[in-house]
Amino acid sequence: MTYTPSTLQLQREDAKRRASRRSTAIALLSTLIFGALLTVIVVNAQGFNAVRESFFNWHYAQKAFPRIFDGILLNLRVLFIAEFFVLIFGLAIAVARTTTSPVLYPLRLVATIYTDIFRGMPLLLVLFLVGLGIPGLRLSYVPNSAVFLGTVALVLTYSAYVAEVIRAGIEGVNPTQRQAARALGLSHSQTLQHVVLPQAFRNVTPPLLNDLVSLQKDSGLISVLGAVDAIRAAGIETAQSFNFTPYVVAGGLFVLLTIPLTRYTDWLIRRQDRAQKAQGVF
Amino acid sequence: MSTLLELSGIRKSFGENLVLNDISLRFPQGSATVIIGASGSGKSTLMRCINLLEELSDGQILLEGSDISAYGINLDSVRGKIGSVFQAFNLFPHLTVLENITLAPRLVQKKSKDDATVHALSLLKRFGLEDKADAYPNLLSGGQQQRVAILRAIATGPKVLLLDEVTSALDPVLIAEVLALIAELKSDGITMIISTHEMGFAKKIADSVVFLSGGVVCESGTPQQIFDNPQSPELRNFLGALHDAGRL
Repeated sequence: MTYTPSTLQLQREDAKRRASRRSTAIALLSTLIFGALLTVIVVNAQGFNAVRESFFNWHYAQKAFPRIFDGILLNLRVLFIAEFFVLIFGLAIAVARTTTSPVLYPLRLVATIYTDIFRGMPLLLVLFLVGLGIPGLRLSYVPNSAVFLGTVALVLTYSAYVAEVIRAGIEGVNPTQRQAARALGLSHSQTLQHVVLPQAFRNVTPPLLNDLVSLQKDSGLISVLGAVDAIRAAGIETAQSFNFTPYVVAGGLFVLLTIPLTRYTDWLIRRQDRAQKAQGVF
Repeated sequence: MSTLLELSGIRKSFGENLVLNDISLRFPQGSATVIIGASGSGKSTLMRCINLLEELSDGQILLEGSDISAYGINLDSVRGKIGSVFQAFNLFPHLTVLENITLAPRLVQKKSKDDATVHALSLLKRFGLEDKADAYPNLLSGGQQQRVAILRAIATGPKVLLLDEVTSALDPVLIAEVLALIAELKSDGITMIISTHEMGFAKKIADSVVFLSGGVVCESGTPQQIFDNPQSPELRNFLGALHDAGRL
């Protein structure tokens, strides 16, 4: 049996197409007007030329680029190592906080105090305490490298954030799922591993990735300890020329670094929305 | 009786999957139409098409003669005329019973809080729920929750009330409460479209019964015609299966 759409349906689809073309045109026009307006405001500003000269100077950008690029490679290394440990510690702390056994009360207490402290403390302070305080203890077996200590500080702070995100995910899994798994005879840890955590991670992937994006840019803060990352390299270049373009170059590289992850996060969120709509939540 | 709602040539497919195929039905003013059919026959999709939660693949829906399926129509204003109640109650857990019922009258119809409250309380009183006005939904039984959901749907004075398997999640005692309320609403003259597995209730309340099978209207008629004198083999099979399961 072949199906031919009715005239009514053809008209409806036609109207839909026209409306869609119209919204595209409006979006384009509105973007053009907005962009033109912004350009006119900025270009006509009194100090425009001075700002362009000291922040967007092509000559200094080219000159500083190789050094900054070396720096960003350090940021990338720090980032990957920090991400790895942040996920492990974050998961461990989250699981510790969701235990219920009375024997484990001290563990819960420590995990709670840890997250309370490191979520509340400014990252810069943690960096100074770890990066300058630990060498001050003169422990021979702890490396004094700024990169190592800076990474430790990042891991300490971000583990607390990530632990809270994962914990929210664990607590967001419907309790009946846990009960169903226990009723099948799975142990507490089996339930956690095979039933609760997979669902928890799926629910919190977007906020988790959000924290990782944020970690990516905060890896630039280890420069305060003297590690020659992209920010520090830009600082050195600026000190030679008194031109701020190198900082802008470093900032641009950081943005380029985070864009793939942010786009991926957006895509994931959209996909989850669609999956929920398909389940009849309107 | 004049026609309130009319479906003509409704077609709905999800990708390759054709769920409704050329459905045409008329719902007279003040009538109760019961839609029966096996799971997957398209009952719920039909309900969701009628209150425009699904976009039609073809066909037209006329409410009081005006096309509510036209592209670009104001969905909110149409849905205000169509009350819907779902299997899973879907009461707002963070609002009390009274707040659940007065929400739409206040936000959509811009009624004053006092007017909306007076009307809601009179509904609750009429159906014996006035002592639950300040309770939160999770403190109510399933039957009470579903009755509140129905009152919430009629508080805005819709022209049509869609009841989609509203008793499927309830036990027999609670089902009786809900069905009594629906029967009383019918005597008020509200036009209703009901999808249900409660055949005894269908017989009692329906002015006409529609049997869906495989996305088409397989058979329709009065309850006597459908239940006592089924014509198509599909309907005979369906009624036979219900009979064997002790549901008829």
